[in-house]
Amino acid sequence: MIVLITGFLLMLIGIWAMLSRKHLIRIVIGFAIVDTGINLVIVALGYVKGKTAPIIDRAVSSSQGAMAGVEAVGKVVDPIPSALVLTAIVIGLAVTALMLAYVIRLNNSGKSLNIDDFGDQKW
Amino acid sequence: MIKYLLTFLVLAGLIWLSVPLITEFTTSEGLNNISSEYVQLSAEKLNIPNTVTAIVVTFRGLDTLGEVTVLFLATAGVGFFLKRKDSEKQKKRPGSEILKTGSGILTPMIIVLGVYIFVHGHLTPGGGFQGGVVIASAFLLLILAYENFKFSHLLIHISESISGFTYVLIGLAGLAILGFNHFLDPRWLGLGEWGKLFSAGAVPIIYSLIGIKVGAEMSSLLDSMRDEGGHE
Repeated sequence: MIVLITGFLLMLIGIWAMLSRKHLIRIVIGFAIVDTGINLVIVALGYVKGKTAPIIDRAVSSSQGAMAGVEAVGKVVDPIPSALVLTAIVIGLAVTALMLAYVIRLNNSGKSLNIDDFGDQKW
Repeated sequence: MIKYLLTFLVLAGLIWLSVPLITEFTTSEGLNNISSEYVQLSAEKLNIPNTVTAIVVTFRGLDTLGEVTVLFLATAGVGFFLKRKDSEKQKKRPGSEILKTGSGILTPMIIVLGVYIFVHGHLTPGGGFQGGVVIASAFLLLILAYENFKFSHLLIHISESISGFTYVLIGLAGLAILGFNHFLDPRWLGLGEWGKLFSAGAVPIIYSLIGIKVGAEMSSLLDSMRDEGGHE
């Protein structure tokens, strides 16, 4: 529950940063904060009260092999959100790097990091 | 002024949307149908203790293939935007003595840890994505320590392309050996013994390939970001 609220708070902070800041790198930081917040929300949705990590070992199942999973079902949290977040973190890192590359390119061509100086595409 | 008002309105709307999501949410008391099916099947059919790996590599393997492609595209985009300019060589400050000595000791250990993480992805917490990023952090340490450190671009490109290509090839092997509807099915290789390193069919191989690919991509990302910026 706390994780869920923290995740939504981080999303709001990040969106506020993206909407109100002028500095391009700060906008990218806002995006990274939204990214983290969404990951926290997804992980919080998959939590099951009082259960442990979805890895079938002696802690969750006394048997081994094919039948181990049946016993483990009642003792682990939801593995699907973990699987989604696992890849989303790495993808988020790469996308943030791509945005920073845009910023560097814009700075090299326009000699400015202020978003107001790039009015060509404004409508 | 109107901009501040709009920003405020957007934020207020988002709060209004998210409050019912938070207040009406209750932490579930048990797994839903799909999740319990996945937990049972990963032990029963695939012989994988780590359910998350079973989902990432097998049950939703096609998604992972797509995500690796997204990662490749993002890295290629960074490389495209930050083209190397050989003409202006900037002066870099050399790393300190502590950093150089420490990186000499730590780099092999970090790489071994990364390889361990992705090879044991089906048994312990970890896997290709995490192991690849750990390996890239070893290269980050080398970049910080040695101002003239050079990657072998050929090595990075070859390992990246070969691992991506073999990943698809292993997926197609499932299609060819087990028949229609079995793309990315790892069971064409023997399932082995529960909890051993060489078990769970092709899953450790696929996850190692993902680890090499992610490591190579992240390293080339670091490399292209280092060469650019601060020309003035």
